[in-house]
Amino acid sequence: MKPAARTVADLLVLAALAAYAVPFFWQLLTSFKPEAELLRVPPLLPSGLTLAHYRVVLELSLIPQALVNSLGVATLTTLLALALGLPAAYAIARLPVPGKGVLLLAIVASTAFPQIATVSPLYLLMRALALRDTWAGLVLVHASFALPLTIWLLAGFIREIPVEAEEAAAVDGAGTLATVRWVIVPLLAPGIASAALLTFLFSWNEFLFAYTFTASEASRTVPVALALFPGVYEVPWGDIAAASMLASLPPVLIVVGLQRFLVGGLLAGAVKD
Amino acid sequence: MTRRRRAERRRGLLLVAPALLALVALTVYPGIWVLWLSLQHRVPIFEVSRFAALDNYAFLAGDPRFWNAARTTGLFTVLSVALELVLGVGAALALHGQRRGRRLALALLLLAWAMPSVVAAKLFEWLYHPAAGLFNVLLAGRPLNWLGDPSLALPAVILADVWRTMPFVAILCYARLLSIPAELYEAAQVDGAGRLATLGRITLPLLGRILLLAALFRTLDALRAFDIMYVLTGGGPANTTETLTVYAYRSLFQMLQLGFGSAVSVVVFVLVMGVAWAYLRLLRGRTVAA
Repeated sequence: MKPAARTVADLLVLAALAAYAVPFFWQLLTSFKPEAELLRVPPLLPSGLTLAHYRVVLELSLIPQALVNSLGVATLTTLLALALGLPAAYAIARLPVPGKGVLLLAIVASTAFPQIATVSPLYLLMRALALRDTWAGLVLVHASFALPLTIWLLAGFIREIPVEAEEAAAVDGAGTLATVRWVIVPLLAPGIASAALLTFLFSWNEFLFAYTFTASEASRTVPVALALFPGVYEVPWGDIAAASMLASLPPVLIVVGLQRFLVGGLLAGAVKD
Repeated sequence: MTRRRRAERRRGLLLVAPALLALVALTVYPGIWVLWLSLQHRVPIFEVSRFAALDNYAFLAGDPRFWNAARTTGLFTVLSVALELVLGVGAALALHGQRRGRRLALALLLLAWAMPSVVAAKLFEWLYHPAAGLFNVLLAGRPLNWLGDPSLALPAVILADVWRTMPFVAILCYARLLSIPAELYEAAQVDGAGRLATLGRITLPLLGRILLLAALFRTLDALRAFDIMYVLTGGGPANTTETLTVYAYRSLFQMLQLGFGSAVSVVVFVLVMGVAWAYLRLLRGRTVAA
């Protein structure tokens, strides 16, 4: 293709993808539109922009508390899933664990597990353990649900680390824990980052469990607060738009800003072999 | 040597144990418990709790609402996965042909995928607004009642789901395209193969396996989907967007029929596992053939 035609083709693809992202940009624009102009379209563009919706959401709604809950739950979920998943992944990748075949099969099978299948018993369990409407309850179910994928991804990354690196450490007299800490973890950093980001995103976005196991602003996460966003007489579209933007800010930053890690993680799980 | 091996096995078990314990307590045990629940009549608010054998399942067999939900689940899954695959391959090919501005292109594409599903539902609820929604503004003068019309609601839900999840398929295919050596294309060019022949003979066959994998992930997610319809339409209007998962959820937590709702959940569970198993057989068959 000629350079000029090439440039035109590139621009066309960019234009098409920008059009694809319009639902997001439209909501972004709505979040800054004056209240009076929301239902008066066309014109598509507002006469001016306002921060009024963000002020309402941040000062009068439960969204700020929900953001704190989401941040706390997603961070703790990620840490717990890594703490449980990393040793397990190492053992599966490197050590002769009894019944490894069955274990691997169970891990793959549980990534297909539908949440709806366990939501009723987990609800009874949460109630029995007095974990309903707490961060701890949500962190436990989120981490255990994310665990199979975490183990699967990390085991894949660990297999790629040359065994020689570990053997050298063993010759130098390092035990398993020291080897993991000083050899595996540094070489594994990009893999850990991918697994951590995917777990964080899962927990941040998760709705079914969060909706069922929370009951008040003490633990309601952002998706739940957004789904339950109250309107007094009519639907507050501008406020909902502002709340949606706040809810999607961390995922957008992670997905768009850290493309490399994330795509690397997805691909490690899927493309290879 | 054997002593060392035994020590290694013990250490392996020790490292796996905490994760295993969490999975058993919060996935396997509830997975068995739900089977037990599905065999009971259990309505907590009336303090009803008794063994009912297969009554719940027998009721389901003759329950028109259940069959409607099963049909909706099937339609939603087949249509949204098919659209995602076609559009995803198209987007991947377009990205792969891109010379400049790839990072920007990728960012624009991933924006939809970054949206939490509840946010995507809110985005589309606003786009579908009867008076001020962007879709109706673009239709200029012939507004449609997207979420209120029983014949439009399911397509509207499918569109929202496709929008959010197509980039996932595109990214997987794009990565596979990047791993195809350029020499293959050069050789095809030397042999005088046109663009269409190259696409049909080289690109698409090489995408086969990853497409099957993407189809597997997407099908499982579509069968389990809950957030998008629950938030966008709540299963309505007239239950036209009520999938099995939504029916199970409403039975469990709105009608508070813990036993019956669990039976519907078990059906979803069996369905998802069956489909996953069928796909994996297909994938394994392809590996052997290749």
